[in-house]
Amino acid sequence: MSEEDEFELEPIEILELPLDAWHRDKGARMVEFAGYHMPIQYEGIMAEHIWTRDNAGLFDVSHMGQLMLTGDGVAEALEALVPGDISALQEGKMRYSLLLAEDGGVLDDMMITAVPMGLYVVVNGAVKWDDMGYLREYLPDEITINNMENRALFALQGPKAAEALKRVVPGVDALYFMEAGSFFWGPKTDPEPLWISRSGYTGEDGFEISVPAAHAQKLVDQLSAQPEVRPIGLGARDSLRLEAGLPLYGHDMNPDVDPVEGNVAFAISKRRRAEGGFAGAERILDALANGPARKLVGLSVDGKMPVREGAQIFAGEAQVGIITSGGFAPSLGAPIAMGYVDSAHNAAGTALEAEVRGKRVSVTVASLPFIPHHYHRKGGSI
Amino acid sequence: MTRFFTEDHEWIEVDGDTATVGITHYAQSQLGDIVFAEVPAAGATLKKGGDAAIVESVKAASDVYAPVSGTVIEGNDALEGDPALVNSDPEGEGWFFKLTLSDTSELDSLMNAAAYQAFVDGL
Repeated sequence: MSEEDEFELEPIEILELPLDAWHRDKGARMVEFAGYHMPIQYEGIMAEHIWTRDNAGLFDVSHMGQLMLTGDGVAEALEALVPGDISALQEGKMRYSLLLAEDGGVLDDMMITAVPMGLYVVVNGAVKWDDMGYLREYLPDEITINNMENRALFALQGPKAAEALKRVVPGVDALYFMEAGSFFWGPKTDPEPLWISRSGYTGEDGFEISVPAAHAQKLVDQLSAQPEVRPIGLGARDSLRLEAGLPLYGHDMNPDVDPVEGNVAFAISKRRRAEGGFAGAERILDALANGPARKLVGLSVDGKMPVREGAQIFAGEAQVGIITSGGFAPSLGAPIAMGYVDSAHNAAGTALEAEVRGKRVSVTVASLPFIPHHYHRKGGSI
Repeated sequence: MTRFFTEDHEWIEVDGDTATVGITHYAQSQLGDIVFAEVPAAGATLKKGGDAAIVESVKAASDVYAPVSGTVIEGNDALEGDPALVNSDPEGEGWFFKLTLSDTSELDSLMNAAAYQAFVDGL
């Protein structure tokens, strides 16, 4: 799938997170992910998953790229490469968006926040260097791309995240879902500004906190001292986002798929649908108008055997799709999956089969998310 | 009865020419939460080192290999309803299958408990 497969590359040094030692000290099992040694689990994926759904889980996502784009007309310039209405984004508001290739394929998914300086963009760790190269190539020279490598990023997720975080960072509970701001943390005499957004990738209410790496340990020690908070690894992050129906870039989306196929057409803003003017607009607007030939859908799985990435999906003898994410859903106590299925077979409720180790397993196209989102929306009841 | 171990972290408890096979405590701790296990059916013939069973954690599927060659007498049906037995009692109730050995000399290449412990300590 990745280009790396085609070449014999020199071994690349695996990087350490700023809090590598902290994770190991907390009993983390470390694995290589996105070029970093990352904690995959502490006490166990199942327990960590359930803890996050019931309490608050602390995730180190410092491998992700934190970019600051600045310069006159930065929002308009970025709109050539993403399908969101970025120029209408008000300060302190954020949008989920997509970095698009010239042919409309998805190069990455990202969070874009309007900040006083310009645009704060969080991209996936595994492709952050490619993203920066692509942005540099296609954005005008007046736009500066600053990779804020000296900052760590943490997510605090779960129904008790706000309760726990406001004890450490007063006032943060004023944010609603997809809002962000700067908050002072620490002693009044020498406070440190943190950049905090009410967002995440678990389907739960929660926050993402950007902090200078030099202060990361102190912050994380304070957060994990809260009774609601436990550190959570990548394993549970994956099962949480899968239950929430959130696509994982590099698995559920890649440069071959467009946003409509990838079931993220909501990222294409109304004005941009009308006006076009973004990379791959022709293909993407055609897919919007006429429906995509295939689409990323959820699949519930009969029985207990997980159906995983790469499994082929069949309608009778015909292959009609492929699984791109699959595993066991701790909150449901059953296997679930997501995958691409041809348009004739991707309506919710369609009965299909997946092939696992030569055996057919019954699967059913399911509505996403598998479990409801619990975001803290403005005007919402939760 | 004598218990042997493999470098793939299976255990095999031998009683005459029959034996019980499972995965070790170390193996289950590395796999994490077990959510599914598939055991061979009675009558299946296994070849030493060949695929014998499947164990799946939340994250991934792993093969369980046959420590020795033989014919399966019984798979552990209890794992179908309660795969977490592999976590809670891997070297007891969480066994995978019983078999009749076809060549007891294959046991000579396996480790005893002390040798396996030393092997794990060195990982």
